[in-house]
Amino acid sequence: MINLEFVINILSLGSLYAMLALGLVIIYGILKLVNFAYGELIMIGGYTLYLLTGFTPLPWLVIAFLAVIVSMCTSLLTELVAFRPVRTKSLTAMLITSFAVSTLLQNAALLIISPRARAVTLPRIFQQSIMIAGTDVPWRNILTIVVSLTMLVLLTLLLKRTVLGIALRAAADNFRMTRMLGVPANTVISSAFAISGIMAGVVSLFWIGRSASVTPTIGAPPLLVAFVATVIGGMNSLTGAVVGGFVYAIMISLLGIFLPPELLEFREAFMFIFVIVILVFRPEGLIRSKTTVERIG
Amino acid sequence: MKIPVRLKFYSTPAILVLALLILAIGAELVNITLIVRIATVMFINLILVLGLQLFMGNSGILSFAHIGFMGIGAYSSVLFSMTPEAKQLSIPNLYPFLIPVHLPFWASVLVGALIAALIAAVISYPLMRLSDAAAVITTFALLVIIHVVLVHWDRITNGPRTLFGVDFYTDLWTSAIVCMVTVFLAYLFKESRVGLRLRATRDDAYAAASIGINKVVMRWMAFTASAFLAAIGGGLWAHFITSFSPYAFYLTETFVVLAMLVIGGPYSVSGAVVGTVVVTSVREILRSIENYLNIAKVFPQGVFGFTEVILSIVLILILVFQPGGIMGSREVHWPRFGRKEKDSSELTPSVDEIQGEEHV
Repeated sequence: MINLEFVINILSLGSLYAMLALGLVIIYGILKLVNFAYGELIMIGGYTLYLLTGFTPLPWLVIAFLAVIVSMCTSLLTELVAFRPVRTKSLTAMLITSFAVSTLLQNAALLIISPRARAVTLPRIFQQSIMIAGTDVPWRNILTIVVSLTMLVLLTLLLKRTVLGIALRAAADNFRMTRMLGVPANTVISSAFAISGIMAGVVSLFWIGRSASVTPTIGAPPLLVAFVATVIGGMNSLTGAVVGGFVYAIMISLLGIFLPPELLEFREAFMFIFVIVILVFRPEGLIRSKTTVERIG
Repeated sequence: MKIPVRLKFYSTPAILVLALLILAIGAELVNITLIVRIATVMFINLILVLGLQLFMGNSGILSFAHIGFMGIGAYSSVLFSMTPEAKQLSIPNLYPFLIPVHLPFWASVLVGALIAALIAAVISYPLMRLSDAAAVITTFALLVIIHVVLVHWDRITNGPRTLFGVDFYTDLWTSAIVCMVTVFLAYLFKESRVGLRLRATRDDAYAAASIGINKVVMRWMAFTASAFLAAIGGGLWAHFITSFSPYAFYLTETFVVLAMLVIGGPYSVSGAVVGTVVVTSVREILRSIENYLNIAKVFPQGVFGFTEVILSIVLILILVFQPGGIMGSREVHWPRFGRKEKDSSELTPSVDEIQGEEHV
């Protein structure tokens, strides 16, 4: 049961989920905002793929790059238009705003493109697989692992080695203090949204890569995954997000194997019961942030 | 619970009930099927919005689970109101012991609501400690869990398939009268000792704790009551729409109810009423425009989602420019009574002001 195929599956799912969770946590860490519109960034990336592969002769790598850029720009735009004006208001106002932005983007896709699924042309490598040690390993999974790890390394370098990265980490630990030390709030927050958008864009390539089609509601499942992974790992820690992503992948795969068939369809419910249990008994998640500031409430 | 006898106390619910009564009579007099349907749905939605206001407005915590309890209320009331023959046709996999159970319509809705309230009471107690993002994610998780269970427990709900064959019971006046009673109950709760204490924990958790208010118990009572009202709304809705699937009780409906409450003003009962009436009107106008465009084939592929796009833009604008909603924390008053008493919302800083300082 625990063979090479299983391991590669876990690694590719886990690294994909880690990226997903990172995109959510990087905003949560600074603004304490659970961004419901995060899933829609993945949808936007998907529709960019659909439009560019269907109607332009551009090579696939360029299209993939553009999808990530579009997703990033959407993320920045939502911050500028919707989140910045409500930032100083209550947390509830910010959460409802993100829910409204999510509905807005979803229905805009419905209105502008179509309620029906649109097929996305993928490069051939997404359907091919390679024999490794006697098992069929899809190239898609290997690509996911390689790209995710590259993204994780790049993000780590950004956070550890650049001034912006240091400001981001400081803001995640204690935003008020960071501002007092002269770090401009808007720049930090915009950068966090940009990183979140890039993560969503990269995830969209592989998420769409699995189904080869895109619908207006495609953002919901990855959002749920990101929620669970974030809570498991710890909402205040970037390392926690990565750990949470892998733990989620392992758990969902194990549940798939060990759950009796009549309970299998309730798998998602079990994951969310787990989320509630964690939030009640260990709200800081697996990885505790060193400098978590308790919100009063 | 002590109910005050002062006339002034009742001016707010009286005005609101009167306004709703006028709307109901208006719909009855116009007597166009479409208008009557819109009014009925509005009254049912208002019950849901009032239920959400009862918890969210008084505790200051955003709850996503509300529509889940509406779903529980809808399905469990239907299990009691359908005749055994109809049940065997509509839910072929139903547990055999549930087949002969049969109650009148009113009793079914009530039992359904009690079941939902019981479920809410049992599972919510440990969750009420949580605030802010953790509270929101847990209620969201609850919604997802309820949704998954409704979709897959086909021995109760007929699975993801549409459930047909529910008898029509909820007409205009059924929904209107229940709605008016709910307005009264929501107002009584807000002004009751529990409501007052809960609002105190919302405005200043530490000050409230220092005078011995148990935040968890107050929130828990409100959450249970709110689930009860949501389930009443769900039961009525099920017997109005007569065929539905679990997908009716998910994020789309959550958005509508939340938009109604937030646009009207979550901190007052009047806000819930105003928001529901305003959003229903705007939605129906937008929807008729959408229908017109679709029938006239102005756009070749059809227009979908236009209503929701406008509604979410309005919601964001309200949050940016008028975060307390149309009503803020004010209630409507009889002018003569309203002038004498100082509005309590003017004495204490609003929730937004307090929370706004906490972050950023």
